[in-house]
Amino acid sequence: MSASPFISLSNLHKTFGQFVALQDINLDIFPGELVCFLGPSGCGKTTLLRIIAGLEVQTRGVIHQAGRDITTAHPAERDYGIVFQSYALFPNLSVADNVAYGLVNRKVSRDLVQQRVQELLKLVGLPGSDHKYPSQLSGGQQQRIALARALATSPGLLLLDEPLSALDALERVRLRGEIRSLQQSLGVTTIMVTHDQEEALSMADRIVVMNHGCIEQVGTPTEIYREPASAFVADFVGQVNVLNGTVSNNALHLGEMQIPLTDIPTLSRNAGDVKVYLRPEDVLAQPILAGEACVFEATIHEIEFMGAFCHVHVLAPTLSKEPLTVYLSLNYLAEQQLQAGSTLPLKLMPERLKLF
Amino acid sequence: MTHVLSQVTQRKHWSDWIGFAGLALVLFMLLAFLAAPLLAILVQAAQDDQGQFAGLRNFSSYLQTPSLLQSLWNSIWVSGLVTFIVVPLAFVFAYALTRSCMPGKTIFRAISLIPLLAPSLLSAISLIYWFGNQGVLKDAMQAVGIDQIYGAPGVVLAECFAVFPHVLMILVTALTLADARLYEAADALGTSSERKFFTITLPGAKYGLISAALVSFTLVMTDFGIPKVIGGNFNMMATDIFKLVIGQQDFARGSVVALLLLSPAVLSFGVDRYVSARQTAMLSARAVALTPKPAARHDLLMMSFCTFIACLMLAMLGMAIFASFASFWPYNLAPSLVHYKLGLIDGDVGQGFVNSLKMASGTAVFGTLLVFVTAYLLEKTKGMNLVRAPLHLLAVIPMAVPGLVLGLGYIFFFNMPSNPLHGMYQSMALLTLCTIVHFYTTGHLTATTALKSLDAEFESVSASLKVPFYKTFWRVTLPICTPAMVDIARYFFINAMTTISAVVFLYSPENKVAAIAILNLDEAGDIGAAAAMAVLIALISACATVFFAWLSWFVDKRTQAWRRR
Repeated sequence: MSASPFISLSNLHKTFGQFVALQDINLDIFPGELVCFLGPSGCGKTTLLRIIAGLEVQTRGVIHQAGRDITTAHPAERDYGIVFQSYALFPNLSVADNVAYGLVNRKVSRDLVQQRVQELLKLVGLPGSDHKYPSQLSGGQQQRIALARALATSPGLLLLDEPLSALDALERVRLRGEIRSLQQSLGVTTIMVTHDQEEALSMADRIVVMNHGCIEQVGTPTEIYREPASAFVADFVGQVNVLNGTVSNNALHLGEMQIPLTDIPTLSRNAGDVKVYLRPEDVLAQPILAGEACVFEATIHEIEFMGAFCHVHVLAPTLSKEPLTVYLSLNYLAEQQLQAGSTLPLKLMPERLKLF
Repeated sequence: MTHVLSQVTQRKHWSDWIGFAGLALVLFMLLAFLAAPLLAILVQAAQDDQGQFAGLRNFSSYLQTPSLLQSLWNSIWVSGLVTFIVVPLAFVFAYALTRSCMPGKTIFRAISLIPLLAPSLLSAISLIYWFGNQGVLKDAMQAVGIDQIYGAPGVVLAECFAVFPHVLMILVTALTLADARLYEAADALGTSSERKFFTITLPGAKYGLISAALVSFTLVMTDFGIPKVIGGNFNMMATDIFKLVIGQQDFARGSVVALLLLSPAVLSFGVDRYVSARQTAMLSARAVALTPKPAARHDLLMMSFCTFIACLMLAMLGMAIFASFASFWPYNLAPSLVHYKLGLIDGDVGQGFVNSLKMASGTAVFGTLLVFVTAYLLEKTKGMNLVRAPLHLLAVIPMAVPGLVLGLGYIFFFNMPSNPLHGMYQSMALLTLCTIVHFYTTGHLTATTALKSLDAEFESVSASLKVPFYKTFWRVTLPICTPAMVDIARYFFINAMTTISAVVFLYSPENKVAAIAILNLDEAGDIGAAAAMAVLIALISACATVFFAWLSWFVDKRTQAWRRR
């Protein structure tokens, strides 16, 4: 990544009356990156995107794009293309007219416009649909047209506002890959707003996790998942078991289990009560060698069938009063003839524990 | 880095200023042609003859005039009685149209809307032929114990006809908004039809019934044509205003009556806004539309009822048509064109029709334009937030202002020699503007609904593509909304053809419209000619309806191709 950011947000604040929608937003986005704004509804991610687009005006703060101060610039004076959740295709114009909408205004010759439209339709995989109306296309196809329209003027920045959430599950996964590869081949800097963590994890170069108008963490998908900076991030991204523990005498006490703090890359080492975050996949069922540490006895309470891996809810009274969720493969369950009521030994990976 | 601490405001793009200029212009129009005339009435009501401030003295003098108090009471009980008769009848009619499988629904619906095509006084004229001094059924009427039709009986009966279509339309809408799943659930629980009616249908239509009753009450209270024609010595507030202002030049007490007339309208307007907000909230987006199932006995019963009502409607129009062709009622019924000749040529109503058509076309074209552009600027542009709330209010106020009150305000405001717009007084332009303002709100609501159904992000997308908003307005918004605009234009046109109340104060001999000319013919005793001219207006309105139906079909074909898959 080059040193100078393409988009730079400093000290952005946004209030709607008494309600604080965004506070203290500082963020650099680098050329060619795909950055996802991820968070629950109402966290301010869409507001932030709209502020970058100039469709909302921040209460305070400065925005730079490609070195230029665009803090007070009108949307028409900024350089971006945008795709909305609703697609916002013009229903009375043909697909070709929709894609050409921004080109026609630029005093480009008719032939050139036609050529560019064909090029874009091919790019999004819908050549030959120029004369159709948007209502004759499926949701996924409409979204591709919206993308082509946004890219038609070759903007330096592409903004995607929940582009996939109106689509069905299969189409969503397919378009996810297409958008990502298109973005990479064009090298266009892209910001995408989503509330779907799977989407963010699979597409983004970096993820910005937001909550209550603040940025909780910025990092690559792996960092966000493996090294959550806060309890909120750990909770929001991926599944997690939350256990009650106590830190004393340089060891973490989890029920009857004691884990030396040296084994845990923990964030807070102060003595006292802590919340311990443990991902379901960080509990192993095999192989467990005799005499190994961090092993506990568990009874299967319920098996939730999810396909290749089952979500298994187990009771482990020596570790925690609350039931734990672990992922076990369907094959393993069958091999070991495990079912509700069976007991089995499990091992947790201390280096993966997060204390908050 | 000066923005860090101070509040950020976005620079205005040059295209924004076009929108701002539009908003400012619209604000000026509504202030000058709606707010100012209404204020002028308030001022008049608080002034004495010498123009000195009189406080509430005009009101107390009104309350001490027994004849005016009698009119107040007459207006109230007549409006109440008409409402009490019309709402149940219209409810059953609407129920038949929406909840039965009787044949001929389209025809019944069309017939029920006939009264909208002519000035309300058509039904009064027709009643005179049926029950008047030389009426066909006068003896039958007297056998029932009604001495003569002139006065309260005639007003009540004629108003029932005039108000019926308005009430019907509201109730049809209310009964159309039903969730079939409620009835399915009731059927699954084995509920009787009677119980379903009282536990689902009636509560569902509750708000529609309330607003229908209010509309009926207000329409009767503020109608001028019917009491003028058939009221005889029976005075009502609407006729009082006219007498006080035009006859006695008593502006102060005229405006007091106008303000009193405004009050039920304002009240019903407030209740209606509240009610319609509740009505829409009641029906969720996921509701399943109700389609009635055939039930022979029920359908037959409903059809008999509708046939009965439709016959009354046709009798009303039919008598007017018949009488308009009768050579010399009631002695020589041989058909002739003598009344048409008398009205059009000798009575000078021919010019009146030309004026009516001018005014109706002007209202349809400029009214639609003004309404749509205003609604667009309010709905789809940003900025100038200070003027938006007042504009929203101004756009819905006309619904609460009776035509007579508006017309009176126009006299006071535009007849002031100090007013720079004084030159417009008694001009065709002012008549047209007054009519546009009078019927503004319905058009505004239609336009707003159409605009709200468009994706809210069209303007954002255009800005991101560097296309100025007016280009998107022209290429996208306008073509999508043309059907709604045709609707608005039709509404303006028909109402401008038939309106009397607002323009009765404003016309000059050169630009007298046909509906007013009819009133004058009736005053002069030429009731045959009046009937003939009213029939002609109905005919023109019917032709206009057909024309607008064709226009909307044509527009649909040209601009709505994208709706078909």
